[in-house]
Amino acid sequence: MKTAGSGNRLAVLLPYRPAPARMSVRIGPLPAAILCFCAIMAASTAWAQAGPTMLSPLQVIVKWSPLLLRGFVFNIAISLLAMLLGTVAGLGLGLALLSESRLLAAVSWLITQFFRNAPWLVLLFFVMFLVPFQVTLFKTTIPLPDWIKATVGFALPVMANVAEVVRGAVRSIPSTQWEAAESLSFTRRQTMWLIMLPQCIKRMLPPWMNIYALVAMSTVLASIVGVSEMLTLTAQVHAAEGGRPELFAPLYGFALLCFFLYCYPINLWTARLERRFRVR
Amino acid sequence: MAATWTPDQPIVQCVDVRKSFGALEVLKGISLSVRKGEVICIIGPSGSGKSTLIRCINALQPISSGSIQIEGIEVSDPRLDKLALRRKVGMVFQQYNLFPHKTALQNVMMAPIHVLGQKRPEVEARARALLAKVRLAGKEDTYPGELSGGQQQRVAIARSLAMRPDIMLFDEVTAALDPETVKEVLVTIRELAEDGMTCLLVTHEMNFAREVADHVYFTDRGVIVEHGPPETLFTAATDERTQRFLSQVL
Repeated sequence: MKTAGSGNRLAVLLPYRPAPARMSVRIGPLPAAILCFCAIMAASTAWAQAGPTMLSPLQVIVKWSPLLLRGFVFNIAISLLAMLLGTVAGLGLGLALLSESRLLAAVSWLITQFFRNAPWLVLLFFVMFLVPFQVTLFKTTIPLPDWIKATVGFALPVMANVAEVVRGAVRSIPSTQWEAAESLSFTRRQTMWLIMLPQCIKRMLPPWMNIYALVAMSTVLASIVGVSEMLTLTAQVHAAEGGRPELFAPLYGFALLCFFLYCYPINLWTARLERRFRVR
Repeated sequence: MAATWTPDQPIVQCVDVRKSFGALEVLKGISLSVRKGEVICIIGPSGSGKSTLIRCINALQPISSGSIQIEGIEVSDPRLDKLALRRKVGMVFQQYNLFPHKTALQNVMMAPIHVLGQKRPEVEARARALLAKVRLAGKEDTYPGELSGGQQQRVAIARSLAMRPDIMLFDEVTAALDPETVKEVLVTIRELAEDGMTCLLVTHEMNFAREVADHVYFTDRGVIVEHGPPETLFTAATDERTQRFLSQVL
């Protein structure tokens, strides 16, 4: 490869490299902090007009925070499990997309497109109401609690999105790598696992983390189908405190803050990885 | 066919090989043969089908008609075990095509371990010896991105040799190199030839072809215009096209 000196650099049209799809909205730390502060302030004014026997919004949050945080941990657990399931399934689906068998590639393409273009909430409803609450396999009854079903519901769109990420990453490796592997008698499967996928991990990591941040934030959808995750618990706490309107913003603001503090670093890290991998 | 092949017959036998890409015929009836231990150079202007021919020999591309036999095995046979064929044929590419996520040593070791199922210690010893042979001792743990073009190309040669092929194909392996590193790669190939390796090269290095080749084929627009030992071809070419080409490149 000729290395042109900096002095006589030729004007070369670099290959078109599309910017990685960005699906999440990024909020700076300052606006977010201001938002939370405003919410709490607005509520405090309302509280100042209320009777003296009532707990302040802050006291309410402190009082219920163990329960609420346990709910939040549940959200994280659901998101991690959904990500794990979705990644394993998505890797399989992505490899099927790249299959030499036309039928397999077509079927997996259909599956991918279906789950990528369906609203997450609709998928969640389908899984919740179409999957039974227990299954009997070989005379053992396995219960399927709501949160497991919700996890599967989230894993489905993850699967489709991961499949697309895998397919795109493998396609982005120059075809000459396939030829080199072929000429060394590697089978297709060996080429994929030993040569293609290891090279893809770097480029797959940022979009994969992006998907994870989206899943983490979407787990609150499970409250709609009755899983006792953080948002469900927040609503219950609100009701237990008499449904006072001035508690609404602080309680939900607390949930907002938890998710923000969890997802923002992930997004920051993703952006950093993207920057680092772009310079190759 | 494979049963009837004996080592005194040509390793590669091409008979009236034709290859078309759509309406464009790039190989219009190529016939050549390579015997064991021979060094064959294919020269000719760009777009004359040289690289296509060499890729067809390795079954990287199917031929349209004719016959290519490697040690008596028909390459165009639809039941061909391509992987078995490619174990006999080493190939080195213009752009090296090393695996960028593996070190030089790992690049050389991968195929013997995973394809041939050989034991790691033996493979490693042999890989180190091969890297030393291509003068890259000390670069074992370096990644391709940190090596110069010439060094990468020598790793690629060692990688092919690790499969113990019966014949090595070189597809314009010096075309992408800096002039000063071309020589180190050519020296490596020359040593290989002196060790008795059968080599088929597509090349633009006329001096190399002249000094090392046993037989030189001049191709133009998909046909072999002229061929013969280098001393006759380079000094007493009979065809007008060959003469014109040689006068341009020499």
